[in-house]
Amino acid sequence: MIRVVLPAHLRALASISGETELDIAGPVTQRTVLDALEARYPALRGTIRGHDSGKRRAFIRFFACEQDLSHQDPDAPLPGPVASGAEPYLIVGAMAGG
Amino acid sequence: MSRVRVLVGTRKGAFVLSADGNRDRWEVSGPHFAGWEIYHLKGSPADPDRLFASQSSGWSGQVIQRSDDGGSSWEAVGNQFSYDGMPGTHQWYDGTPHPWEFERVWHLEPSLDDPDTVYAGVEDAALFRSTDGGQAWEELPGLRGHASGPFWQPGAGGMCLHTLILDPATSGRMFAAISAAGVFRSDDGGQSWRPVNRGLQSEGIPDSDAEVGHCVHRLAMHPSRPEVLFMQKHWDVMRSDDAGESWREVSGNLPTDFGFPIDVHAHEPDTVYVVPITSDALHYPPDGRLRVYRSRTGGDDWEPLAKGLPQEHCYVNVLRDAMAVDSLDSCGIYFGTTGGQVYVSPDAGDSWQPIVHDLPAVLSVEVQTLP
Repeated sequence: MIRVVLPAHLRALASISGETELDIAGPVTQRTVLDALEARYPALRGTIRGHDSGKRRAFIRFFACEQDLSHQDPDAPLPGPVASGAEPYLIVGAMAGG
Repeated sequence: MSRVRVLVGTRKGAFVLSADGNRDRWEVSGPHFAGWEIYHLKGSPADPDRLFASQSSGWSGQVIQRSDDGGSSWEAVGNQFSYDGMPGTHQWYDGTPHPWEFERVWHLEPSLDDPDTVYAGVEDAALFRSTDGGQAWEELPGLRGHASGPFWQPGAGGMCLHTLILDPATSGRMFAAISAAGVFRSDDGGQSWRPVNRGLQSEGIPDSDAEVGHCVHRLAMHPSRPEVLFMQKHWDVMRSDDAGESWREVSGNLPTDFGFPIDVHAHEPDTVYVVPITSDALHYPPDGRLRVYRSRTGGDDWEPLAKGLPQEHCYVNVLRDAMAVDSLDSCGIYFGTTGGQVYVSPDAGDSWQPIVHDLPAVLSVEVQTLP
């Protein structure tokens, strides 16, 4: 069970309260987590990653286990505590704007 | 008694303002999509309970929302706006080639007769269409693919397709306006386009009467006389009597002919409204006095309308999509300001009252007249 925390704007868009939990079959990577997230909540498609490019949007960040994973290979395994559900995978709106 | 529903897009959410035909007691609903920029909301003429909204943010990009119950509930629909083929380049501010990049939807224009069909004018300027209620979007590439496309440049607000008018009388005819390219007309349902800017003069471009390159801020048409178009350009208020083939200036006695919105009275095709703004450098009303100007002669002769509007210390702007008219017997005029006020005049501009004072900056105002 993977725990995912979204920023407030995206929780509202997807009608999620609190954390959401995802079952991932196979490797637990940023790509497989985001694929599963978008499959369950289609309204999130295009709001975290670009539709065409698949790349992280510029003002979205990915954190876990006190690390910034935003620039890591999306196919790299996520840290063990995320894969085990001990720690959440955080999708964060960058500190910008007002 | 008839009712009106005013759809207000702001920098931090959408609001729905409702009243009966007296337009003196208002119910305010919102913010919907709190915290997001709502560039535009508009209802389908074919099904007034079907509304579309453009929701966007710098963090999370573009979302399109649809309501099928007049704004009580909403559903996120499709938000994939992919340019047709290899997008190519347009000119950047400095004149260098710049790839076309989708930024946001500025304007949503529902079909006049099919509630499932809606058009989206976007930045970087292009026209998209959905025929399934907003789920899937397809570019109509003939506009961006016009031979002049690689030479279009953004205005200060971005290179946006901000106005789309569907001709109710001539099947397949539509007008699009782009900042800063100008007006384009299609006579085949959006498949092919040609610029219709003859008569425009713009000092801010190298060739002042060029075929394209003009910063058109807004177009307006009365549905009973679709060959007549009115335009608020960056500077100059213009009129065409031949569906855009030629334009003449009708700024007349306006105190300044810079501004953004322009609209036409619902029952008087020659009664036109603008909101003069001091200049391109000073985006607020002259002398800090907010005044709508009305012409009852299709331009040239204008009268100030100030009753109920602030006449001192007012330094707001009124953006291009932030004026609308209802179609009640006594035509109501509405506009919203960057200071968060939405004003209504239930008597065609003679007097004004604020409906709300303190919304976020208003980006767009539309009104629906309901039975």
